Amino acid sequence: MSLGFAMAYLSFLVLIPLSSVIFKSSSMGWTHFWAAAIAPRVLASYRLTIGASLAAAAINSVSGLLVAWVLARYEFPGRRFVDAVVDLPFALPTAVAGIALTSLYVGNGWLGRFLQPHGIEVAFKPLGIVVALAFVGFPFVVRSVQPILQDLDKGFEEAAASLGANSWQTFYRVIFPSIFPALLTGTALAFARALGEYGSVIFIAGNMPMHTEITSLLIISKLEQYDYAGATAIATVMLVASFILLLSINLLQARIRRHQEAGV
Amino acid sequence: MRVAISVPAQTPATRAKIANGGLLRVLLIGAAFLYLAFFLLLPLAVVFAQAFAKGAQAYFSAISDQETLSAVKLTFIAAGIAVPLNLLFGLASAWCITKFNFRGKNVLITLIDLPLAVSPVVSGLIFVLVFGLHGWFGKWLDAHNIQIIFAVPGIVLATAFVTVPFIARELIPFMQSQGTEEEEAAAVLGAGGWQIFFRVTLPNIKWSLLYGVILATSRAVGEFGAVSVVSGHIRGETTTLPLHAEILYNEYNFVAAFTAASLLTLLAVITLIVKKFVEWKTEHRNESAVLPEQA
Repeated sequence: MSLGFAMAYLSFLVLIPLSSVIFKSSSMGWTHFWAAAIAPRVLASYRLTIGASLAAAAINSVSGLLVAWVLARYEFPGRRFVDAVVDLPFALPTAVAGIALTSLYVGNGWLGRFLQPHGIEVAFKPLGIVVALAFVGFPFVVRSVQPILQDLDKGFEEAAASLGANSWQTFYRVIFPSIFPALLTGTALAFARALGEYGSVIFIAGNMPMHTEITSLLIISKLEQYDYAGATAIATVMLVASFILLLSINLLQARIRRHQEAGV
Repeated sequence: MRVAISVPAQTPATRAKIANGGLLRVLLIGAAFLYLAFFLLLPLAVVFAQAFAKGAQAYFSAISDQETLSAVKLTFIAAGIAVPLNLLFGLASAWCITKFNFRGKNVLITLIDLPLAVSPVVSGLIFVLVFGLHGWFGKWLDAHNIQIIFAVPGIVLATAFVTVPFIARELIPFMQSQGTEEEEAAAVLGAGGWQIFFRVTLPNIKWSLLYGVILATSRAVGEFGAVSVVSGHIRGETTTLPLHAEILYNEYNFVAAFTAASLLTLLAVITLIVKKFVEWKTEHRNESAVLPEQA
């Protein structure tokens, strides 16, 4: 009975609505679909979204590794506080993050007034999009890497150190190879999240077509013009892209698990 | 007999080097603190600074504004329907995935995760395609005078969609690790299905259930993209708190916008605290559950 309820609920709430995207775009015919999916303005939004998401994921891979390392390896006052703060971007609604970041980075904002005189403009520029995406994706890398670092056998590091390796060599040759798969997973999750992100970006982006308009926003503006077919075509591309990405992440995670079990 | 050892013995100095790393350690902790302060805490602070920019009186009059109050109400209605529905679903799916064997189990698990892979905007779009005026059921709904899109039911549906995975995802791994032994014992002793559930299963899973509910509620209250598509932004009627903040912000009414945002921020901070508490509680309990076995 519980299985019946679960399946009925999922079909009604998830399967049927999601299939509507496929049906709608297949009813368009290939030529119309492609014309809508790869129009110049749409292509510009793909380039911007993918580029900004890659940049944000790259930033997160460095900052996330740093914070995961500090949390996993060091005892210091305020450690539990830092550990709790890491999840803030997950807990804070994206729209709140969006307006807060915007007001920080505009010309007279707390950070903007120091950056602007040096010619660094963040708000309403692609850089602002990167900042917002780096904010929302931050916890992924930390939470992927931290448990692996904690479980890492310190015996290897001690062995490396007593064999004369300096701390950089120990990190690069011994620790990094073991955490690399988790780092890659976390970075990929942050990237996947960034691709579909909407709320945190639209306030800081400026939303100029061809320049600072992300793909999610383009779907919304198509909808506002009642261009449902156009919106659906772009949505289909996004859906396929994120499914492929998450499938690869799942395969990666399965490999890590196998690897760990083999190691034990 | 003495054996020549080629590996030099650990000196106290190398031990200390590994233990704290000296200067490097201070630098790394400092860098982490700086990054978190500028990147995570500063946005939090600016919300309250902007909300109180014109004093406490402006803040409280913005809170007691009629439209803000109705946005708060709608937010709680949407979360109040979506979260209990997903609680039921999470329990039902986790129950049959972990306690029974059936074909297509992995398909079911994949389906539960699906909403996490869908962009918020697309999550809203799919409901427009199904229930919108030009959607599958649009004509029929219109003929019967039922409005779902640009009305409250659409907001509830979109909120329920984006929060489907949270509770089930917490319960499934936890219940898998628990196994079915206790339930089997209860069944042997003559307990019925409901009795087993309420007396054995529920007490065991209560913390991870609470954890999932916290995550789902936090997402339901703060959801923006999906709700934005189906809402229609009718002031005082179909605006949830995040949408209300957006409208005010776009009107350059910053004090009111950040006042609405500050309510959401407060909720986020409470979420983090409760979440940490539950994490601490379950770690605590897991330890005490492991200890007797070791003894």
